[in-house]
Amino acid sequence: MAVITDEPKAGFRLGMLIYDTRYRSITIQIVVLFLVMAGAAWLIDNLLRNLAVLGRGIDFSFLGNRAGYDINQSLVEYTNDSTHARATLVGILNTLLVAFLGCVAATVVGVLAGVLRLSKNWVVARLMTVYVEIFRNVPLLLWILIIYAVFTEALPAPNAFRGENATSTMVMFDSVAFTNRYTAIPWVMFDNSLGWLALGPLWLNLDLAAIIGALVGGFLINRAIVRRATKIQEATGERPTTWWQSILALFGPIIAVFLLLGTHVDAPSLQGFNFTGGLQVSNSLVALWLALTLYTAAYIAEIVRSGINAISRGQSEAAFALGLRPGRTMNLVILPQALRVIIPPLISQYLNLTKNSSLAIAVGYMDLRGTLGGITLNQTGRGLEAMMLLMLIYLIISLVISGAMNIYNNSVRLKER
Amino acid sequence: MKQSVFLGTLAASTLLAAGAMAQGTSTLDTVKARGELNCGVNTGLVGFAAPDANGNWQGFDVAICKAVAAAVLGDASKVVYIPTTSSDRFEQLTSGKIDLLSRNTTWTFSRDTDLKMDFVGVNYYDGQGFMVRKDLGVSSAKELDGATICIQTGTTTELNLADYFKANNMTYTAVPIETNAEGEQQYLAAACDAYTTDASGLAATRAAFADPENHIILPEIISKEPLGPSVRHGDNAWGDVVRWTLNALIAAEEFGITSTNIDELAASSQNPEVQRLLGTSGELGKMIGLEPNWAMNAIKASGNYGEIFAATIGESTPIGLARGLNAQWTQGGLLYTPPFR
Amino acid sequence: MKATSATFVRNEMLAPSAPPSTEAGPIKWMRENLFSSPLNIVLTVLGVGAVVYIVMHIAPWMLRGVWVAGTLSECREIIQARYGEGVTGACWALIRDRWQQYLFGFYPSELYWRPVLAFVLMLAAIAPVLFDALPRRVLWFTLVYPAVGFWLLWGGTVWVPVMALAGFVISYVAAKIVQPIAGTILATIAAVLTPVLWWLFLAGPAADAAQSVIPIALEGVRSREFGGFILAFTIGFTGIAFSLPLGVMLALGRQSDMFIVNKLSVGFIEFIRGVPLITLLFTASLLLNYFLPPGTDFDIILRVIIMVVLFAAAYIAEVVRGGLAALPRGQYEAADALGLDYWKAQRLIIMPQALKISIPGIVSTFIGLFKDTTLVVFVGLLDPLKGITDAVRASTDWKGVYWEPYIFVGAIFFVFCFGMSRYSMYLERKLKTDHR
Repeated sequence: MAVITDEPKAGFRLGMLIYDTRYRSITIQIVVLFLVMAGAAWLIDNLLRNLAVLGRGIDFSFLGNRAGYDINQSLVEYTNDSTHARATLVGILNTLLVAFLGCVAATVVGVLAGVLRLSKNWVVARLMTVYVEIFRNVPLLLWILIIYAVFTEALPAPNAFRGENATSTMVMFDSVAFTNRYTAIPWVMFDNSLGWLALGPLWLNLDLAAIIGALVGGFLINRAIVRRATKIQEATGERPTTWWQSILALFGPIIAVFLLLGTHVDAPSLQGFNFTGGLQVSNSLVALWLALTLYTAAYIAEIVRSGINAISRGQSEAAFALGLRPGRTMNLVILPQALRVIIPPLISQYLNLTKNSSLAIAVGYMDLRGTLGGITLNQTGRGLEAMMLLMLIYLIISLVISGAMNIYNNSVRLKER
Repeated sequence: MKQSVFLGTLAASTLLAAGAMAQGTSTLDTVKARGELNCGVNTGLVGFAAPDANGNWQGFDVAICKAVAAAVLGDASKVVYIPTTSSDRFEQLTSGKIDLLSRNTTWTFSRDTDLKMDFVGVNYYDGQGFMVRKDLGVSSAKELDGATICIQTGTTTELNLADYFKANNMTYTAVPIETNAEGEQQYLAAACDAYTTDASGLAATRAAFADPENHIILPEIISKEPLGPSVRHGDNAWGDVVRWTLNALIAAEEFGITSTNIDELAASSQNPEVQRLLGTSGELGKMIGLEPNWAMNAIKASGNYGEIFAATIGESTPIGLARGLNAQWTQGGLLYTPPFR
Repeated sequence: MKATSATFVRNEMLAPSAPPSTEAGPIKWMRENLFSSPLNIVLTVLGVGAVVYIVMHIAPWMLRGVWVAGTLSECREIIQARYGEGVTGACWALIRDRWQQYLFGFYPSELYWRPVLAFVLMLAAIAPVLFDALPRRVLWFTLVYPAVGFWLLWGGTVWVPVMALAGFVISYVAAKIVQPIAGTILATIAAVLTPVLWWLFLAGPAADAAQSVIPIALEGVRSREFGGFILAFTIGFTGIAFSLPLGVMLALGRQSDMFIVNKLSVGFIEFIRGVPLITLLFTASLLLNYFLPPGTDFDIILRVIIMVVLFAAAYIAEVVRGGLAALPRGQYEAADALGLDYWKAQRLIIMPQALKISIPGIVSTFIGLFKDTTLVVFVGLLDPLKGITDAVRASTDWKGVYWEPYIFVGAIFFVFCFGMSRYSMYLERKLKTDHR
């Protein structure tokens, strides 16, 4: 009878670390880890020695000092008595503002251009091709500089609006003025402003909070009304008339808030050197926004085009066979499917736009790089700390954007089994 | 140097960086060993430091670099000019990429202490001013309430501006700009009402306009801006070299030593201080670790302080600055060097 | 029965009449392509209107341009004299006057032949990579080119690049010697270790020694004298050449099953992709020295190139990862079934297909990298777009000139980037092996 014995258990030999595929990956990982740690240790050791030679350490306390400089555009209250930390916050918000506006506009322009590039209209398709190629193949910095220069050179100075024989006039019933510094537009003002609520380093604008609260509240009430109506319809078969309730719920709270706040529209007027009153949207913001939008939209157009091309022709033919018109075919059949192909590259375009907004430096827009990485860095001389903080903030912004967009991407992805 | 760079790339590409080079010793020894002075200058400010069409650097600050190179190495051409922006100039110095920063930089308390730099002296007493177009009808900075003001970032100017407007209870809109060229463009296109920077810089900028007569520099000087060369903190031997080179240029003017008569004076002057300065008697050179004729070389490089001033930014140049505070103390100015003994 | 006798039956065919004028020729084309619906009519009118508006505003200005003048004011005088008061026009004379600066920066003018030669040789070096009709033997020149290009651009003794190349020979020889004695693994280690030791400790003295025996040297040129398009090309093409292999390695690391390798790759890629290039460039110019041994002086262009390579590599890694992910699992399994080890499988089966899928992405990363070379202006290098333009504008002669340099630089960038994107389309078509 054959006796089946276990294979002789070979003892573990050192050679197996290299030649046995089971252990080799562990060996490689340990070696890699060791090399990386050694490299990091070397860098940190150098850093410490360099700092010792210079006689300074890593110190973030400069963030608590008085900034001392003014920022021409800030979404939160800021004066030159505020701290560097607050200036950084202003910079972050300005970065987020231009990035948000840019993403929205680039998506609109990009989708339009992408769809139009596939249009049967010869002129429009060619025009869009030219637009996409020109913008994609020339550095963004050039577009920013050119658009800013167009604003600076082509638009009139506020002076030109002055006097009897003014060379420029305001447009839209004398309410909007395009100047080579900013665009002055009317803006709502509140007589009984609620002011600001300080929550640690973050300040909350109570006016804005009240308006948003009223909008959200109205929306929620309206949804409850519609739900109730649907319920009644399902139970009785008759849908109660709700349109006036809806209108009241949607617009009532917001109108009430506006009335309570003492809202009036403040139109800009020329006083002294500049327009006062209303809202002045600086050209650096507009030029940067426009350049980022047009540049990114050219990429988005290509993404949209290839997304649409990725949908097989059978889909649109089937839609036509069902009698759908081209517009509805696009909206109901093609775009929803193309969206799945489009979204992942779109996310990286949003990220690129956000990162490219750091080119604000070229037009003097005070974004994060202009405040923390610019004036604060120069005034305090804390290059190491400021740059590390700057990178960290950009990294967080990027990770948050890609995280949020990935959640959305997962929600529209084809649910496969 | 070149080979370590290239080989360094290769080594770095295999994830092992280049080994440490010569451990940081005294800058003076480093410069002597290298045979070249790395001098940080402005990226381009006509009169102070700007490359001409052939890439040769010219200007008031550049002359300091040349003088130091001549004093240390005996050859004014042994300078590597490294353009620095207002954001990176301090890091360039503290990290050792430049040996000397000669870039119209204001001597302030925090820069001297916290940023670990040493200002060795003042080569130009300046102050911040405003330039406006004549047709604006403004004659004083006090009338600038509500104006839009172009301002170069990364300098002391934005802090001064904020303080000045606050003190006078006025408001303004700042248009931050990165370089002087952009500032000019914005100002000339009337994207800002006033342009503010150091008065010397304003004069230099205005001089280069097509229509300088249509622009005025307002009388208010809102800050003290002593501009001077600086070195790394803690390297006193090197600091002494730069300090006394600057002083030698100023003293030379005081004693009437010019680049034309210097050889003659070295041979014939009976003034003991001149003799000490020019190294014909005494051992001043040895005391700071240089050749006996160090000061002679420095003065020969581009002349004494007065000659440099006249050739680069003086009244006969397009920039047309008067000596003002920058005259010798004997002429009512602030230039006053300690004695050479 | 006679079939054709009836009078109502036609005996001969009529010649076909021409289609109605609305259904043929340009009119039909226009009806279909331009005016097929009210919306299309509006779009056409708007499109044509926009083109006409732009051309009407820009073309006269460009055509009135002056090519020969010494200063901007002279330019303007010529235009006013030619076309009347108040008329503006382009001043192309600026480009005629300063084109050397735009192309070469402050590179010594008597040495212009060197960057030009380096550029021509570069074209020769990349030709065999781009077009496989050329003999494969030429690839050897491609491998040697980095050393040649370096020597031509920066000058100095010829022995430095020679000794640097010798490192690779040494690596090969070491591997060949160790292989039969101690096996593949140790041979690999030897192949990595020996050149590093050579470069670090022996190459420098060896180059000095060789130079003292046989002195062959070109006049040295400093990095600070680089500017304009040679700067953009040096950074751009070095970045492209080095970021591709690094990017592929990172992508493999990210796909790897090994936990540590995987996480390190992911961390590196996400970090680089999460921060703007401009902050990395600032790090290169301001902070890198903090992380190197005290006293190290590192060439500024080299520092910038390192950062650009890392930046582009992270993007290429993501593109290649996409290509790897798009391959059907069957390909991996087939490679395993054939008994190929990891590297052989990658080299022979996976990578050729994955890279083919990734070509458009890789090329657009390269285009992005080339365009991003303009950002070096923010660390004080003289890029063609802003650095040189600002330097030119600082001179009294050309103060106040805005559009001409932008148009000139933009046009050159467009030509190169457009060329690259067209090449990638050609390559895509050529490599397309499926039959759809």
